[in-house]
Amino acid sequence: MVKVLVIAEHDGKRLNASTAKCVACAAAIPGADIHVAVLGENGERVAREATSLAGISKVIQIDNAANAYPVAAVLAPQIAKLAAAYTHILGPSTTFGRDLMPRVAALLNVNQISDIMQVLGSHTFKRPIYAGNAIVTVEAPAGHPVVGTVRMASYRGVDNTGKAATERASIGVELPKHTRFISLQAGKSDRPDLQTASRVVSGGRALGSSENFGIIFRLADAIGAAVGASRAAVDAGFVPNEMQVGQTGKIIAPELYIAIGISGAIQHLTGIKDARTIVAINKDGDAPIFEVADFGLVGDLFKLVPELEQALKS
Amino acid sequence: MDKILVGLKRVVDYNVRVRVKSDGSGVETDGVKMSINPFDEIALEEALRIRDRGEAREVVVVSIGPSDAQQQLRTGLAMGADRAILVETSSAPDPLTGARILLEMVNREKPDLVILGKQAIDNDNSQTGQMLAALWGRPQATFASKLALDGTKATVTREVDSGLELLEVDLPAVVTVDLRMNEPRYVKLPDIMKAKKKPLDQIALASLGISTGAVASVTAFEPPQQRQKGVMVSDVAGLVAAMKDKGLL
Repeated sequence: MVKVLVIAEHDGKRLNASTAKCVACAAAIPGADIHVAVLGENGERVAREATSLAGISKVIQIDNAANAYPVAAVLAPQIAKLAAAYTHILGPSTTFGRDLMPRVAALLNVNQISDIMQVLGSHTFKRPIYAGNAIVTVEAPAGHPVVGTVRMASYRGVDNTGKAATERASIGVELPKHTRFISLQAGKSDRPDLQTASRVVSGGRALGSSENFGIIFRLADAIGAAVGASRAAVDAGFVPNEMQVGQTGKIIAPELYIAIGISGAIQHLTGIKDARTIVAINKDGDAPIFEVADFGLVGDLFKLVPELEQALKS
Repeated sequence: MDKILVGLKRVVDYNVRVRVKSDGSGVETDGVKMSINPFDEIALEEALRIRDRGEAREVVVVSIGPSDAQQQLRTGLAMGADRAILVETSSAPDPLTGARILLEMVNREKPDLVILGKQAIDNDNSQTGQMLAALWGRPQATFASKLALDGTKATVTREVDSGLELLEVDLPAVVTVDLRMNEPRYVKLPDIMKAKKKPLDQIALASLGISTGAVASVTAFEPPQQRQKGVMVSDVAGLVAAMKDKGLL
């Protein structure tokens, strides 16, 4: 019997799109019966949203004041206790899941399968190493729980046609007080979310300043795209860290990715190689970004980007 | 505080374009340049800055790996670490075994703070720090870009998907660092000479009595699918036409 527990990612109000992708990965495990765990302070709204995830049979709602904000040291012992009834425990390979799931794995005395990109069998998975320069097939040991994180760019979320039931549960386990959430300084934006947007426009160091980055935002708004950036642009302080795309930032797979003034360091390409179509605009015709771009345009971005914005608006 | 423990992993240098061997048995590592995992270098730099501000007495670097990992520990000593420990293994262990070995080092050294890189750039697992914190029963603050110490507590700024999170942890704790925490110093020649005289203890893994347990096995290596180079367009009108042709607009 294959029983999969997916750990929901949420902000207390809405389910993160990463959860539907984890369910899609779980559904690829042969014979999986899938439950989704919502750990929150008052998770009713999120749990209700989760019941519509296609392919799951149950939502488990665990309310506890200590779960108001996801702190790995607090969530992990609860999940480890829940895990006794499951063969697989999956979370997203987002900063939420990458922080939490290894702590769960250690409590269960197993290694984690990080960044699952394909399921080949109940214990056999493909995952990338060396910034995606190699793909390995990994076999988790039989007779032990499988703990894994799901690579977001490899899965499309399941749809919301499900009708699962919710079950409330309380978990009798002592929770540590040594780790305390203070605050979250989140970038506010009316634009689409970078990780789930079907179109993304990114800018690089060549933009030169925070003010100049405005042309990237305007182009993005003209086509309803999310905005990303290269590490160089983030390091230079043009835009905040949550906009970074690449090996150490967000790994994304939009339908359309437009890279502007980004040379295409291997670490950046790691973050975009699953994009359906890549468009690159750069003044250096030899930039490595053109090796992976479907459409390339060489020239001055300060002239070309406003021109493109106008063309796409009309 | 008294002591900070920093982990240094020996990995293929980040500038090397790693390739899968033609027979699929692994990746090409013969004759390839090896370095300290870049995230671990940032971890060490942070520890050194804390010590140099007078907020810690000693920085100890630990590596787990083959005898050759002494090179990376010597580099760490040249950067300014006070002493080094190599836990000798035939190859780098899996994350859980690595965490158990680090826990044994923690029990021996009793550090107030452990700083590690957020992931190693070879296997990209991003597990060891979180696992050490779990086994130790202590706080973890992962993906840190800022670390402020205040007596028995630390306040850590974490780079999370939605922005910057502030977490307060009681010490001792495990912190794993992200790229923007600092820029590691360059090692100068006189420091390399000095580092040769600093203590580097070697411990055989067998002497620690740590069992490796059930480990996931890698059964195949393959190169990733390559994207094909596309077409170059000459102007914005050409680009818009090409995008329309592909049904993107």
